[in-house]
Amino acid sequence: MSDLLPLRDMDERDLQRERRLDEIRREAERRGQMKVISTRPAGAPFPQASPETGYYGIPLLKQPPWTWEIPLYFFVGGAAGAAAVIGAIADYTGADRELVRHARWVAAAGSVISPALLVSDLGRPERFLAMLRVFKPQSPMSVGVWTLLGFSTGAAAAAFAGFLRDRYGPSLPLNVLENAGQAASLAFGLPFSNYTGVLIGATAIPVWNHNAGDLPLHFAASGLGAAVGILELLGHRKSSALQALGLGAAIFETWEGLRIEGRSHYRLDPLKHGPSGWITRTGGALSGPVPAILRLASLFGSRKRASSLRRWASWSAIAGSLITRIAWIHAGHVSARDWKLPLQEGTPEPRQMGATLRQMPDAT
Amino acid sequence: MSITAFLTDSTLCIGCKACEVACKEWNGVDEDGLAWSGYSYDNTGAVGASTWRHVKFVEQAPVPGFGGNAGEQMSWSFSSDVCKHCENAGCLEACPTGSIVRTEFGGVFIQPDVCNGCGYCVTACPFGVVERNSKDGRAFKCTFCYDRQKVGLQPACAKACPTESIKFGEIEDLRQAAQARIEELHRRGMEDAAIWDPTQTSVEGTHAMFIVRGDARAYNLPPSPEVPTVYLKKSWQSSAIAAGLLLGGTLLAFLSDGARRNGSSR
Repeated sequence: MSDLLPLRDMDERDLQRERRLDEIRREAERRGQMKVISTRPAGAPFPQASPETGYYGIPLLKQPPWTWEIPLYFFVGGAAGAAAVIGAIADYTGADRELVRHARWVAAAGSVISPALLVSDLGRPERFLAMLRVFKPQSPMSVGVWTLLGFSTGAAAAAFAGFLRDRYGPSLPLNVLENAGQAASLAFGLPFSNYTGVLIGATAIPVWNHNAGDLPLHFAASGLGAAVGILELLGHRKSSALQALGLGAAIFETWEGLRIEGRSHYRLDPLKHGPSGWITRTGGALSGPVPAILRLASLFGSRKRASSLRRWASWSAIAGSLITRIAWIHAGHVSARDWKLPLQEGTPEPRQMGATLRQMPDAT
Repeated sequence: MSITAFLTDSTLCIGCKACEVACKEWNGVDEDGLAWSGYSYDNTGAVGASTWRHVKFVEQAPVPGFGGNAGEQMSWSFSSDVCKHCENAGCLEACPTGSIVRTEFGGVFIQPDVCNGCGYCVTACPFGVVERNSKDGRAFKCTFCYDRQKVGLQPACAKACPTESIKFGEIEDLRQAAQARIEELHRRGMEDAAIWDPTQTSVEGTHAMFIVRGDARAYNLPPSPEVPTVYLKKSWQSSAIAAGLLLGGTLLAFLSDGARRNGSSR
């Protein structure tokens, strides 16, 4: 016991304690675990910091601090933005008035729910006003808030003016308000339906910024699928325009899903493995292949059968859109918790290093 | 008015945590670390909303002469971590309220009365420094003792450091001091000592430099941090394409629908 030599002068009790500590340490290193009460060397041999294990495997990045409101906001905003675009274009091309009215109401509902969700996430309502102090083009959050403001004002004005006109008859001020509101909801609705992809793409979270170029397109298709689904559930299951849009969104989402599965990169792991991977796959299947097949099947057969198939396709796309947003937020959390990712960047052989890192015992 | 910086020299740090205490005392930061994390003598594991200075206890495999211990013992080194006050700061760019500003001393400062707690800076920091305070929802991090610097004092952590492991001064002076210190360490045989200051990345350097021995990854210092604004161009391009496709697709769908309906009714 050479390491106890300097302890000779200690009294017997202290010496025993020191010996016990050495025993515990040796046992932990031998068996990889300690089960004595009041000791805590779990995951022994004692965790070490090293280039391969990082700082005891403690994550460098912080997880996104957002509450449940944010993925829901992504879903509502995407659907509302796309609905506003559908409503305005339907109006300009002289489509069914009922469809225009419904699309406007969906957009208007989103224009109320979206800010409510954001304010709720902030905890105190008046804090939302701090966002309106500045406009910062380099901050997607700032651009997004101003887009939301323009969109909400426009969509609410168009729906409100349309409601008054239907009830009290047309008048010049109402026409101006309705047309200006609709134009604004179209102009702001286009970026509003997909900017949330930019919002999470331009962050330090690896799985998000790795997909910075994909997310806005992905979210736009997801929002369009949900908007078409909501409108079809409101009864517009004969519109061939909605059918075409729903089919387009579902095919794009199928392609996006295949793209995620087909690429191989350690930063994409949260989208493929573990619970976050399965949520991503579920969302992807419900947004892409399922509605695509149902819609294609609805092109053949009786009108009644087509309507029923399109109803199922709509439910699937709506659920898929919501689950997709939840999946991406969840994947972001998993990605931020992965302590290896920030330490792998810029190393000569990140793939190889990732492989060796994964073999290390988890310290926690 | 001078541009200032921290130089934290882990070869001098003794792990006393005086910097953590001084920071909490001066800034009135909440207590958060009376429990042991289980990793050496580390309490909180990382910097955060209530840990603006954080002493890392880096236990590594036995390396004779490293950390000043006996050859067969684990090597042990300490390093006081802090907000990096990036030259090109992700949190500052991301902040939608203008709460996060660059001070006249070059530091990055969150104005607590403007912060609205959106949490976007948390996802934008490549070093995981900024964090939302769970009690009031706003984001907090090291202020670089802006109030003390205003009246010509050095930050509380640097003042309390008993070994001058935390050096504070003009950034150019400190860069030279760091270089001189590295040369001295190399002369004394510590050839693995190096300066960590990511000037070659999009972060463009920091106002908190570190001298560490060996691989900086053992200290959770990333080799290649990127400020998230580098992803903006790609994202907004994708967003513009998405908007164009949505507009074009919707127009096409309704125009062809209208054409068909007109054709059939005729």
